[in-house]
Amino acid sequence: MPFDPDTGIGGTAGRFPPTRATIVAGLRGGDASERDRAIDALASLYWKPLYKHVRIRWNRGNEDAKDLVQGFFAHAIGKEALEAYDPSQASFRTWIRLLFDRYLANETKSSSRLKRGGSQRALAFDEAERELARQAVDTSLPPDEMLYREWVRSLFSIAIERLRAESSERGRQTAFEVFHAYDVDRSEGERLSYADLAERFGVPETTITNHLSAMRRRFRETALETLREATASEQEFRAEARALFGRT
Amino acid sequence: MWLSDETVGRLQQIGTEPDLAGTKYRPVRELARGGMGTVWIAHDEELDREVALKVLRPELSTPEAAARMVREAKIVAALEHPGIIPVHDVGSLRDGRVFYAMKLVRGTTLEQFRESGPTRAEALRAFVRICEAVAFAHAHGVVHRDLKPGNVMVGPFGEVLVVDWGVAKLLRDAPQTISPSPPHDEHQTRDGTVVGTPGYMAPEQERGEISLVDERSDVFALGAILRFLLGEAPAPPPLASILGRAMHAQPESRYPGASTLADDVVRFLDGLPVSAHRESHLERLARWATRHRTLLSLIAAYLMARFLVFLWIDR
Repeated sequence: MPFDPDTGIGGTAGRFPPTRATIVAGLRGGDASERDRAIDALASLYWKPLYKHVRIRWNRGNEDAKDLVQGFFAHAIGKEALEAYDPSQASFRTWIRLLFDRYLANETKSSSRLKRGGSQRALAFDEAERELARQAVDTSLPPDEMLYREWVRSLFSIAIERLRAESSERGRQTAFEVFHAYDVDRSEGERLSYADLAERFGVPETTITNHLSAMRRRFRETALETLREATASEQEFRAEARALFGRT
Repeated sequence: MWLSDETVGRLQQIGTEPDLAGTKYRPVRELARGGMGTVWIAHDEELDREVALKVLRPELSTPEAAARMVREAKIVAALEHPGIIPVHDVGSLRDGRVFYAMKLVRGTTLEQFRESGPTRAEALRAFVRICEAVAFAHAHGVVHRDLKPGNVMVGPFGEVLVVDWGVAKLLRDAPQTISPSPPHDEHQTRDGTVVGTPGYMAPEQERGEISLVDERSDVFALGAILRFLLGEAPAPPPLASILGRAMHAQPESRYPGASTLADDVVRFLDGLPVSAHRESHLERLARWATRHRTLLSLIAAYLMARFLVFLWIDR
């Protein structure tokens, strides 16, 4: 069996083939529509972590934070900015945070901020506000650590939504619902047995364990595919995968 | 979609689950993490039973580590003894990581056993069983090198199992059946490498003198385990001498192997003189008295009866 000498998480080469181009490659590409798609992908993963970052770290009001996040994706991310990115210096996530902080500093310095134009993304800021109200944010965390936690939350949300769509396409809704009920929806301290789920879904317990096993595997693969798109190099992907799933 | 911190943690945990697709196992839950691998409880779908599955940790997944793991599985599989955990199966996951399946032990560690407050005799009998398992490995040319309370499981009926043979060393006279292929020399630990656990490691292990490590290094660790089992209370002189000999700084002054150590502990349990201790006349008398307590009681009862009869006649 071929063996990957660096890590088992990403598997042997090509084990988790990138289904979509990576964000960095898209941003660097010459095609405008390709760049737009990359910015969309970047925004879907980062808008919420960055919004929370500006609300908590920069102590900005929600209206201001909305404008700044929208402005960042509309103006600050582009081919020119990407040229300054050196993967050997920082992870792509850290670089995005530094770019965002620089953007915020410039915007703050400018006494008469220009009215921001460009396309406004449909981002659910109200939802992010509700999350901030219910989550206990540890403000003593270093900025990168806080952003990392929100980024993981965002990455998993995207992976779950992709898994939901894929399951629906393949007629595996029940398997997804079992996974969602047991691994995603279950609240702290809630006692939920396989027997409870078997009764709820009207299937034998063995079917529940099979569904869970298959969906957990697909979740892991989907999360890694999403991660691969969000990293700038194979090396970074492996390091991030280790941190995400291989931490001891 | 809102994911709480708890859900994120749960999903991260799921991500660490070994991908067992293509094997007959299904992960149930993580049991423990060791230096080289993570042990999972898995369900064997064919035999419908739970097993312990040791999977190489992702971040350590190198060809060398994989070879070590296979070697460990082969060593343990070759040691068929009731005191050594049986290995059922070895294989590779889809991502190339090596795993092996072994019996799922439903017991407690030796640490928990001691906390349960066994009598000294119970503790010593458990210790003798540990020695017997290790002696069996020694007879097959295998030195464990990391014996400690955490690597000994105690079953509900007092049976013991020595686990985690991940850093075991094959001695030159190990039988061919447990010599891994390709040649194991390249995977052997080199001099200068410290293998073991502080507090249980023999001095030669602490100094990294790997070439000097042999059965007597395990004897030292067994002595440390015995000391752990006996706790804080002062040990009787023969037992203290057994400890002193087992944990002697010089390997040549220790017991030559686990079986001679076990013999001495059994002799102590039976009230016989032990090889490690030269007893005084008083100690010999005390031991003789303890060993023949029943006989002495009978004689005392007889003498008392005679005395009473004498008094009665005399009246």
